[in-house]
Amino acid sequence: MNIMALFNALPGACAQGLIWGIMAIGVFITYWILDLADLTVDGTMCTGGAVCIMMMLSGYNVWVSLLAAFLAGMLAGLVTGLLHTAFGIPAILAGILSQLGLYSINLRIMDNKANQAISVDKYSLLVSLRYIKGVPFYRNTLLIALLIIALLIGLLYWFFGTELGCSIRATGSNPNMSRAQGINTDLTKIVGLMLSNGIVAFASGLYAQYQGFADINAGRGAIVIGLAAVIIGQVVFGRIHGNFAFKLLSVAMGGVIYYLVLQVVLWLGLNANDLKLISAMIVAIFLAIPYLKGKHFSKPVKKGGANRA
Amino acid sequence: MLDINRISKTFNRGTVNEKRALSGLDLHLAEGDFVTVIGGNGAGKSTMLNAIAGTWFVDEGSLLIDGTDVTRLPEHRRAAYLGRVFQDPMTGTAASMQIEENLALAARRGKHRNLRKGITSKEREAYREQLKILELGLEDRLTTGVGLLSGGQRQALTLLMATLQKPKLLLLDEHTAALDPKTAAKVLEATDKIVGRDNLTTIMITHNMKDAIHHGNRLVMMHEGHIIYDVSGEEKRKLTVSDLLHKFEEASGGEFANDRMMLA
Ligand SMILES: Nc1ncnc2c1ncn2[C@@H]1O[C@H](COP(=O)(O)OP(=O)(O)O)[C@@H](O)[C@H]1O
Ligand SMILES: [Mg+2]
Repeated sequence: MNIMALFNALPGACAQGLIWGIMAIGVFITYWILDLADLTVDGTMCTGGAVCIMMMLSGYNVWVSLLAAFLAGMLAGLVTGLLHTAFGIPAILAGILSQLGLYSINLRIMDNKANQAISVDKYSLLVSLRYIKGVPFYRNTLLIALLIIALLIGLLYWFFGTELGCSIRATGSNPNMSRAQGINTDLTKIVGLMLSNGIVAFASGLYAQYQGFADINAGRGAIVIGLAAVIIGQVVFGRIHGNFAFKLLSVAMGGVIYYLVLQVVLWLGLNANDLKLISAMIVAIFLAIPYLKGKHFSKPVKKGGANRA
Repeated sequence: MLDINRISKTFNRGTVNEKRALSGLDLHLAEGDFVTVIGGNGAGKSTMLNAIAGTWFVDEGSLLIDGTDVTRLPEHRRAAYLGRVFQDPMTGTAASMQIEENLALAARRGKHRNLRKGITSKEREAYREQLKILELGLEDRLTTGVGLLSGGQRQALTLLMATLQKPKLLLLDEHTAALDPKTAAKVLEATDKIVGRDNLTTIMITHNMKDAIHHGNRLVMMHEGHIIYDVSGEEKRKLTVSDLLHKFEEASGGEFANDRMMLA
C-alpha cells in the first residue's frame, strides 16, 4: 500500500465529493425539508448527464446544456409530484415509477447507447478529472465546484426564506398545520420535488462532464449516496449550532467526506464493486443510530421535537 | 356567519367499520356568537369541526361561511376564513420552525404566497407586541424553535396564530384538554380575551361542563352526530352542571353513567 497513491487520489476524490455534495443538497430538500423519501433521483442522476452531454455534443454551450439538464430534472420531479399528490400514490412508489420510466427515457436521450463520451480536448467543459492538476487555478474543478456550491447555497438560503420557501418548510414540518394555515400542500410538495430533482440533474450534468461521459448506470444507488452525504453532514457538523446555510454546507461537505472515506477504503484494497454494499451499510448504520439511541436512552424526537406541558 | 345545513358524514362506508359520525347536523351561528359544544366521546364534535374546516367533504348537506358556499372548497382554501386550535398541542404549529416563522405563516393565511420575504422586520415588531397578550414571555423568544416550547406554550401560540388575521370563524377543539389545570386556565383566559377583543364568532368544544357553562353566549350538546340540546342567553346563564348531566342521561337512556363527561 503506497501512501503516495492515496494522496494523489485525494484531490480527485474531493472533486467528486463536491459534485455529489451538490446532488446531496437536492436530496436534502426532499428528505430533510419535505420529509419525503424521493427515489426519482436515481433516474435524474443519469438524466441530467445525458441531457447535458447530448446537448454539448450537438454544439450547445455548457451553461445552456446545464440549464437544460436542470429543467429536465424539474420535469421528472413534476411527474413524481403529480403521481404522489394528484393520484395519491405513496411518495416512495411514485419515485420508483418515475425512476423506472426514466431508464427508458435516458436511453432515448443518449441515442439508445448505454454510454456517450465527450472529449475534454474538443469541448470546453466546466469541470473534468483532467482539470484537477496542471491547469490555471480559475479552471480548477475543485474551485469551480466550490463556487457553484456557494452560489447554490446562497440561492437556496434566499429561496427558503421567501413566502413560498417557508410554506415548503412548513409542509415538511407539519402538513396538517400547513393546510390549516392555507398552504396548498400538494403544490408545495410538487415545487419541492421539482427543485430537488432539478438540482440533482444539474449535479448529474457536472458529473458526466467530470467523468467525460454520460452513463445509463450513473444514477444507480444515487439516493443512497445522497442520503449518506446528508447524514454524514448532520452527524459531523450537526452538533455545531448553525443556520440554514450552514446546514446546506454541511450536507455538501458530507459528500466530500463520503468520497474521501471511499478513497481510503479503495486504497485499503477493497474492490470497487463492493462499494455499493459498503455505502448501503454506512447509510443503514447512520440511519439506525438515532433510532436506537432514542429507543434506549430517551424518547425519539424528530426535527427539534417537542416537550409537553 | 355560519350555516351548517343538514350535513351527514359516514366513515368507512360498506365495511364492518362503517360509522355514521354526522347525521343531519344543523347549526346556524350569528356574527359574534361564542358557542360551547359538549357531548360524549364519539358524539361527532371533532368531526363537525373537521367538516367545517374541509378535512374531507361531507356526504350530504351544505356549509356556508358568511354567506359563501364552501361545501366543495378544499381545506387550504377554506383556511382563509378559519382559525383553528386542535386538542393535541403538537398539531397546530411547525416544530422545526421558529416562533416568528410560525406567526408569519399564519399571517399569510388566505393570501397568495410568492417570492416575497417570508417575514419582514416590520412584522417582527408587530409579533413582539401581539405575543404579550399571552403573558408567557414569548415576546422575548421570537427566534426560539417551536419544538422547544411546552405544550401549553405551543397551544397559546397556536391560538394567537389562529387569530392573528381575524378569522370569520374560530374553531377550538378541546384546546385545553391536554394541558395541566393551571396552564389550561391561562390558555382559556387568553381565549376569552382575544375572542372578546375581536368579537370573534367561535365554536369551542370542551369536555369540562363548567367551562361550557361559563364561557360563551350559547351552548349545544351533541349526541350521535347531531345536536340534541341548544341553549343561549338567560337560559344558558342559569344552567348548572347537574342540569347538563340530566340532559345527557335523558338523551342517552342512562348510558352516560360511565362516560368521562361525568368526571367533569
Ligand atoms: N377520519 C375518520 N375515519 C373513521 N372514523 C372516524 C374518523 N373521524 C372520526 N371518526 C369516528 O367518528 C365518530 C365521532 O368521532 P369524533 O368526532 O372524533 O368524536 P368526538 O365527539 O369525541 O370528538 C367516532 O366513532 C370516530 O371513531
Ligand atoms: Mg374530539
